[in-house]
Amino acid sequence: MSIISVRDLVVEYGGRRVLDGLNLEVEPGETMVLLGGSGAGKSTLLRNLLGLERPQSGSVVIKGVDITCCSPAELKRVRRSIGVSFQSAALFNSLTVEDNVALALREHTSLAPSIIQLDVWMKLAAVGLEDSGKLYPQELSGGMRKRASVARALALDPEILVFDEPSAGLDPIVAAELDELILFSKRVFQMTVVVVTHELASAFRIADRIAMLYNGTFLAVGTKDEIRVSQNPHIRQFLDRVPDTVATSHVVESFMEKYLRSSEVTP
Amino acid sequence: MAKFTEAVESVGRATLDRLDYVGGLSIGFWSAVRALPTTLPFMGNRYRWKASIVQMLQIGVEAVPMVGLMAMCCGFILALQGASELRRVGAMSLVIPLVAIGFTREVGPLLTAIAVSGRSGAAISAEIGTMMVTEEIDTLKVMAFDPIEFVVAPKLLAGLITIPCLTAVCNVCGIFAGWIFMFVSTRLGLKLYVHNVLTSLVLRDVVSGLVKSVAFAVIIVLVGCLEGFSVRGGPEAVGRSTTAAVVKSTFLVIVADVVFTAFFYLTGKH
Repeated sequence: MSIISVRDLVVEYGGRRVLDGLNLEVEPGETMVLLGGSGAGKSTLLRNLLGLERPQSGSVVIKGVDITCCSPAELKRVRRSIGVSFQSAALFNSLTVEDNVALALREHTSLAPSIIQLDVWMKLAAVGLEDSGKLYPQELSGGMRKRASVARALALDPEILVFDEPSAGLDPIVAAELDELILFSKRVFQMTVVVVTHELASAFRIADRIAMLYNGTFLAVGTKDEIRVSQNPHIRQFLDRVPDTVATSHVVESFMEKYLRSSEVTP
Repeated sequence: MAKFTEAVESVGRATLDRLDYVGGLSIGFWSAVRALPTTLPFMGNRYRWKASIVQMLQIGVEAVPMVGLMAMCCGFILALQGASELRRVGAMSLVIPLVAIGFTREVGPLLTAIAVSGRSGAAISAEIGTMMVTEEIDTLKVMAFDPIEFVVAPKLLAGLITIPCLTAVCNVCGIFAGWIFMFVSTRLGLKLYVHNVLTSLVLRDVVSGLVKSVAFAVIIVLVGCLEGFSVRGGPEAVGRSTTAAVVKSTFLVIVADVVFTAFFYLTGKH
């Protein structure tokens, strides 16, 4: 049985359809990468997967609970089994790294402070930040902030770990380190991982399956190899990095010509 | 005809927008009131109580010097203006009840509310707006926390406790400034001044001022929070929400003051 099941998901903003009848099944223990270009609808899909938005129609079933129509208490229960690392890391700036990681443990469990301390240290050590617990988020580099957000996402030992653009804004070495961290976390903590990204190298390194999103619909959902050999023109364009439009001096010239002509006519 | 239709449309749209805003404030108020028990000591969540203490320091304690100084200036001005007219009819002694009653009923609560609105209303809006922009509010939600309980309730509790206290401080400072004026102009002793203040005030004056200050606290905190939560986009939206929080809360405080003053006037003994 799928741990995440998206059925006929439709999302519209001001009459514009952003997600158009999406269907997706994520199996327990797999790493599903949602791949797509800018404006494809990745972030919207992610927000619907996390219950941060209500769709126009369709359902998002996580661990057997349809989060689009469940009660707030049920939604909270489902969310406790999901760890999320946002694109901006979204650490609480008023708390130290240690307190960021400990927050959910202190509030959602009845563990003794010494056990929480041990657990926090373990999670920080897992992401390589065991010496940075006392620092505040603003004292960390971009890569360290992302790692800290992973440690916080791991705090409650979630069944599902979600990453929003994990490599965005990081240099290739730190991005590769983060990919390895995702693989390590999945291996050690035995979780289902959902990653939203547009980074090809990262996607093909960490994915078990890839769902290719284009203009609010899935062009293909399959293994890395299936996606790699796909002949769909949009997938090929994305994988081969072929631009849609190319800026040329000819375009600028014709624009200037039109502008000057219209200026001559207008008094 | 088309212009008339347009005008009616724009008036209707503006009315609906205002109603929408008031509806948002009402929903926010009830949600915050429902979450308020979690911030109380012993029976609530200790982390929310700690957050409330921090907010009390920021909204209340840190504002004492500013509110005190503003109150002393206003008390002195009120005494000066009153004396300039009352002296002509030989009623200098009425300056004391003017300052005492004026401050406890009206100037103290209003002055405190305007000071806190500019200081803490703006800070609340900027803080929550920044949390919206940096996805911290989304993070709270996906971590199974209720943002109203986590962010709004501690601020509301802090406002409900500290703003009436600040109002009391404001009243004392304003009335004290009135004595400075009376001492300089008539060599009136402090003991006699205090005696005159106490005889001119009734409990109703103090209570009506404090009731107003509680209402002002609710307005300032909720408008600040609502403006913060409505931030969409980038840092410039945070700036806009901060400005809107100060303008709207100051306006609503004055409107509420009119309503409360009218209520106390109509229900008072004539």
